[in-house]
Amino acid sequence: MLDLDSTFSALSDPTRRAILGRLALGEQTVMELAQPFAMSQPAISKHLRVLERAGFIARRVEGAKRPCRLAKGGIEAIDQWLAMLRKALAGNYDRLDALLADMKPPRGRRKR
Amino acid sequence: MSTLTLKTEGEKYVVVTRRFAAPPKAVYRAHTDPKLVQKWMLGPEGWSMPVCICEAKAKGKIRYEWANGKGGGFYLTGEFIELEPHRRIVHVERMHLPDATPDNHIETTFEPDGDGTLMTMRMALPDVETRTRMLSSGMEKGMETSYVRLERLI
Repeated sequence: MLDLDSTFSALSDPTRRAILGRLALGEQTVMELAQPFAMSQPAISKHLRVLERAGFIARRVEGAKRPCRLAKGGIEAIDQWLAMLRKALAGNYDRLDALLADMKPPRGRRKR
Repeated sequence: MSTLTLKTEGEKYVVVTRRFAAPPKAVYRAHTDPKLVQKWMLGPEGWSMPVCICEAKAKGKIRYEWANGKGGGFYLTGEFIELEPHRRIVHVERMHLPDATPDNHIETTFEPDGDGTLMTMRMALPDVETRTRMLSSGMEKGMETSYVRLERLI
């Protein structure tokens, strides 16, 4: 079970969110990922470790390279929770809409 | 019908907004009058709230009991901290599954929006243990998983 705190703290950094945005386009190496950022490869690698621990990315070994791709774990941990919350609230508030409509004082519809 | 927005704020909070086609006074009343709360705060289809205690005053008690009609159920207790009629509710609540989850501090505001109301609710995300217990409590039953998209979080 992934820890929701580490999941959210992994997402709390703009560079890490940007890295996830780039990985949404496909697998990339650390060097490719570092390119658009004014950051050293070790600094990017540190961000990648945080993302990997939180289950957002997975890495495979390909010679000396370790290409990164998006993984489902981190997002699923949050998604499962938020999806449940959203659905329960949406159902509640749809019912509340109907209740509020009933509470409305009858409004005269006479057009004269 | 209006769309619910649900966003995470920082690492720990969820902020929910929803517009209602009724003035703040009515929406506030629907959140504080137990006879009304009992009619809509039901969660998934098939659940009802046989017990609804909602003492809308500072230090007033909250107790909601839900049942699924098949012997399953759980309850929530809480206290009101601050109420500004028709504008704002601050309360604390915890689920009993059956052990109590940590207190969740929730602020709900109601702002006039045209001839309706914009409601904003800010609540803490439960920790992983609480979440696991809530998911396994039966609250999840009857809900298919619909994934919130990645874009919403990043």
